[in-house]
Amino acid sequence: MNWADLHLMPALPEIFLLSALSVILVLDLFVSDARRGITYLLTLLTLAVCAGIQIATSVPYVTTTFSGMFVDDPLADIVKVGMYGFTAIVLVFTRQYMADRGLFKGEYFTLSLFALLGMNVMVSASHFLTLYIGLELLSLALYALIALNRDSTSSTEAAMKFFVLGALSSGLLLYGMSMVYGATGSLDIVQIGKAIQGGSGNTVLLVFGLVFIVAGLSFKLGAVPFHMWVPDVYQGSPTAITLMVGAAPKLAALVFMIRILVQGMGPMVGDWQGMLVIVAVLSMAIGNITAIAQTNIKRMLAYSTISHMGYMLLGLLAGTAQGYSAALFYAFSYVLMTVVGFGILLALSRAGFECERLEDLKGLNGRNSWYALLMLLTMFSMTGIPPLVGFYAKLVVIQAVVDIGMFWLAVFAVLMSLIGAFYYLRVVKHMYFDEVQDTAPIVVRGDAKLVLSLSGLALLVLGVLPQGLLELCLEAMRTSLAAL
Amino acid sequence: MITLTHFLVLAAVLFAISVMGIFLNRKNVIILLMAIELMLLAVNFNFIAFSHYLSDTAGQIFVFFILTVAAAESAIGLAILVVLFRNLNTIDVEDLGSLKG
Repeated sequence: MNWADLHLMPALPEIFLLSALSVILVLDLFVSDARRGITYLLTLLTLAVCAGIQIATSVPYVTTTFSGMFVDDPLADIVKVGMYGFTAIVLVFTRQYMADRGLFKGEYFTLSLFALLGMNVMVSASHFLTLYIGLELLSLALYALIALNRDSTSSTEAAMKFFVLGALSSGLLLYGMSMVYGATGSLDIVQIGKAIQGGSGNTVLLVFGLVFIVAGLSFKLGAVPFHMWVPDVYQGSPTAITLMVGAAPKLAALVFMIRILVQGMGPMVGDWQGMLVIVAVLSMAIGNITAIAQTNIKRMLAYSTISHMGYMLLGLLAGTAQGYSAALFYAFSYVLMTVVGFGILLALSRAGFECERLEDLKGLNGRNSWYALLMLLTMFSMTGIPPLVGFYAKLVVIQAVVDIGMFWLAVFAVLMSLIGAFYYLRVVKHMYFDEVQDTAPIVVRGDAKLVLSLSGLALLVLGVLPQGLLELCLEAMRTSLAAL
Repeated sequence: MITLTHFLVLAAVLFAISVMGIFLNRKNVIILLMAIELMLLAVNFNFIAFSHYLSDTAGQIFVFFILTVAAAESAIGLAILVVLFRNLNTIDVEDLGSLKG
């Protein structure tokens, strides 16, 4: 046996990421607190090289390695490049914030990279074992990240809640996986799909397992009725970590769902479609309605996330190539909006002050009209007002459910986004029409300001020209999911 | 004769006990950690039973991975518990209520 037989090319970015991560982990021990910037730059460099390798080794067809446990297809490529990009943006935004709070430490970077590695494995997994390992690698890193601010009561409480409910959801997912294993006799996603297609599985066991799997996945996604951890974690964590939890992991969770539900249990689409309709309807309703009552902006954005997950599920439950690519497009635009929204909260926070109440945004236009404009773009995009990307994302997911004849669901989704408009526009009212309460100057590092401005403008550019990304998503879905 | 059904029922009972343990427990966070371990063990029971009756070893290998990850998970859980205790001086579930809205 020689190296060429191992055929490790599809996993090259992950192998590089793990090696670089180990180097950074050791190197950081020899870096003093004053020169922590070295670790930061090395981390960004690692992300850039990973993205480079990912693009250079991408092929327009499906390749597998590790005995079919690990798959590299266009879907994995596009999502991974997105995750590298968003992780890098988050690191740039959070540098000052973490430094102000004494959290600008080596652990922050290594744990973020471990979380990213976990997400990469989740996205590329084609076997229940790799799916589970990737998921746990992400979750364990996130538990530790949330508790990073050890002296804060709310952070540790949030970490404990996230830990217990995260472990519970892993348990539900595993229980479902064991049932599916029993029914089909295989742990490989492709084999499971074939077994279900051939009708050789025990239907009762399969449906039983599917219920647990959908419950576990909804937990991870933060969709109603398994959403109770989302607001607490968003509010309790340091804002930088909230952004880390709320950004790239949502992309990974969507692909994770596609791998299990579409690739593995695709022939049972009739069964999981009904469950996802319930989850999506409840998420859109409870997320948007509860958000109105919030006074803490992080908590409000948490409920907004819950409702966005509901919209994203609309695309997934449609069960068509258009639907899946619409869901992926939605996930990308949601993560972009979250990054800009939280990026502004991070910019407004300073040493000893957290920008987390709605009142803290009052009169922002008078203090700094550029940040107010970026926040306005984000809020309009989350509402779904054209010509921003959020409008197009909502349009394509609603189009997907209309295409399969679920008109009531489309009407419901539109009504719920009308309710959502209330609390998004309330933020805009605070910024533009209320008296200034906090007059401290806004100091932001130049690089963070540049990246924040570019991401904010991307909301507008992608909204006007969504076709490129949308076609990329559709093409990736068509190539990666053989059944379509 | 012990059949597959017996194992599945035992695993289901253990799983149900652990879920109840998480939701009904109002006393102590350590009991939550124990319930989580029990839940993973119930899943392991399922995997081993299926693996034996299907004559397929993949399920048993999966169990090794679950056991390893469970160990890492409880290490992190206990670490968070220690930090929590230092901040709150209590580990009662009822006292975990500062985040509300």
